[in-house]
Amino acid sequence: MPTTNQTDFSGRPDSQGHFGRYGGMFVAETLMGPLQELREAYENCILDGAFQADLEADLRDYVGRPSSLYYARQLSRKIGGARIYLKREDLNHTGAHKINNTIGQALLAKRMGKTRIIAETGAGQHGVATATVAARLGLECVVYMGSVDIARQEANVYRMRMLGARVVAVESGSKTLKDALNEAMRDWVTNVDNTFYIIGTVAGPHPYPVMVREFQAVIGREAREQILLQAGRLPDALVACVGGGSNAIGLFHPFLGDASVAMYGVEAAGEGLETGRHAAPLCAGTPGVLHGNRTYLMQDENGQIIETHSISAGLDYPGVGPEHAWLKESGRASYVSITDQEALDAFHQLTRSEGIIPALESSHALAYATKLAAGMSTDQIVLVNLSGRGDKDMHTVAGLDGLKI
Amino acid sequence: MSRISQRFEQLKARNKTALIPFITAGDPDPDVTVPLMHAMAAAGGSIIELGVPFSDPMADGPVIQRANERALKHNISLRDVIGMVRRFREQDRDTPVVLMGYLNPIEALGYEQFAKLAGEAGVDGVITVDIPPEEADEYLAALQAHGIDPIFLLAPTSGEQRIKRICDAASGFVYYVSVKGTTGAASLAIGEVASKVFHIRKSTRLPVGVGFGIKDPESAQAVAQVADAVIVGSVLVNQIESLAGQPDDIAPALSNTISQMRIAMDLI
Repeated sequence: MPTTNQTDFSGRPDSQGHFGRYGGMFVAETLMGPLQELREAYENCILDGAFQADLEADLRDYVGRPSSLYYARQLSRKIGGARIYLKREDLNHTGAHKINNTIGQALLAKRMGKTRIIAETGAGQHGVATATVAARLGLECVVYMGSVDIARQEANVYRMRMLGARVVAVESGSKTLKDALNEAMRDWVTNVDNTFYIIGTVAGPHPYPVMVREFQAVIGREAREQILLQAGRLPDALVACVGGGSNAIGLFHPFLGDASVAMYGVEAAGEGLETGRHAAPLCAGTPGVLHGNRTYLMQDENGQIIETHSISAGLDYPGVGPEHAWLKESGRASYVSITDQEALDAFHQLTRSEGIIPALESSHALAYATKLAAGMSTDQIVLVNLSGRGDKDMHTVAGLDGLKI
Repeated sequence: MSRISQRFEQLKARNKTALIPFITAGDPDPDVTVPLMHAMAAAGGSIIELGVPFSDPMADGPVIQRANERALKHNISLRDVIGMVRRFREQDRDTPVVLMGYLNPIEALGYEQFAKLAGEAGVDGVITVDIPPEEADEYLAALQAHGIDPIFLLAPTSGEQRIKRICDAASGFVYYVSVKGTTGAASLAIGEVASKVFHIRKSTRLPVGVGFGIKDPESAQAVAQVADAVIVGSVLVNQIESLAGQPDDIAPALSNTISQMRIAMDLI
């Protein structure tokens, strides 16, 4: 599946945060000044050797990087096609890729002299990763979470509270991730002098999509080195799940210049794209403006954002990072979808064949990867981002089996 | 000269400040909106500001968020809101009407189509919370082609250069958001507002309106001493919420609040 696209992907976004016609800064005027300040601080930090050294040390000693690249031999044999490698972000401290980004942004917050951290969260993974770094750096932390998500992710809510964060239940709109983001934005606009907003994905206004990408690109940089070392060649395909899309961009970005490497972003088809109950804006949505950027959205014909559905709270978001919208339009990456049931099947398959319990989010990537690998030859390679572990999903999966734990 | 500019000229000639009441279109019920617009104009509203409901009103506090939710229960669309303005215009050709909302419903309709329909219906100005001038070339061209004033927000965090840039893109008036926060937020500090408005006037000859945090006749009067327009929203929307079960009582209640503010403002 080599692509012949010759576009230069390295020079994006432009200075105003545009990826083609996507991205940008669509926020209320009160936030334009603070976003400019953030952009300058971020740009100074990436050029600052001392900041980079602090970040690298934290990623190594606190997060546990590099995360391993694991050849899933039993799973590959069962599928009988391409060899499947797993990038083990599930082994990171706090159990997912989210901490790569929160470590970076929290260090930046500290540099900027901010004393208070806020965040939005869906499944709770980003909230936990934020509460964790806030505890360590001694920063006050408030996490906004939709009340529907609070009900389905009780364990993570408890973890955040133990870490000293205040978890605020959001009761407006659909009471899920998008509403938590709205509420966090409202907090930020009110407390902008002392508060740093740690966005958990590659969405939001510029510079968030590029900043979060750069903090997550450590995934792809490591994976590229590791696969060259272990297999002696680049993979034929990369597969990652896409909610907002930070783990996918983190994996994809360092490979964008490798024309032979195909990329698949996997959205949540929920109960099926044809039912309308899904969370797949790239596969079944249209472009619009939400949460500070222009991107693909789940919306009705009047431009109202519609409710999404996925078994995994982390993919339950009606937008997607603007760089994905652009990668889709340019043809560099392909976007596909996987239903709740297919993701569950992949969850059980990996658990039984490799002894690794994946997050339901990551199970979407696994489900597509196994479909893809089945049609490929045994000398080909599919590299999957195993973005998080499934401990947080125990009660969801048990519930589907009729059990209460 | 646009209807908005005319209105400011008339008020200036009489040494008065504009009072701009805000309600969300379709709250609590689509049938009450046009009668409420007439009632607000009769009670002393100089310009009517009509909120366009959106599913994700990020810049609004809880009061106006709930108004959006009540309106969306009736599936009020941007086209419906424009239709309300058209009906208002059948009986009132003088009172300017400004729409306030978020960009996505306008994107869904298309800038050109929106500007054409709104202009024909008698919309005079549009405030879109989440479009800064940096992103607004096409949007501005469409509004201007149809004689609609693009009204932009200025904030306490806007620096000198941004103030200049925003004022250059705007027409009709500019809207100074008096506090860092969402609509219905904490009370404003009049001293800070006065010095910021003084600053803004160095960059523009457009009238300067002040909104957010004006809750009663006293704060309206204080703001009227430094600004060209006093914009009041959450207080009115709060009244609508508490009277949602008795829609006939809404117009008299809003009229009363508006005329109290008008009286206080006219005392200066």
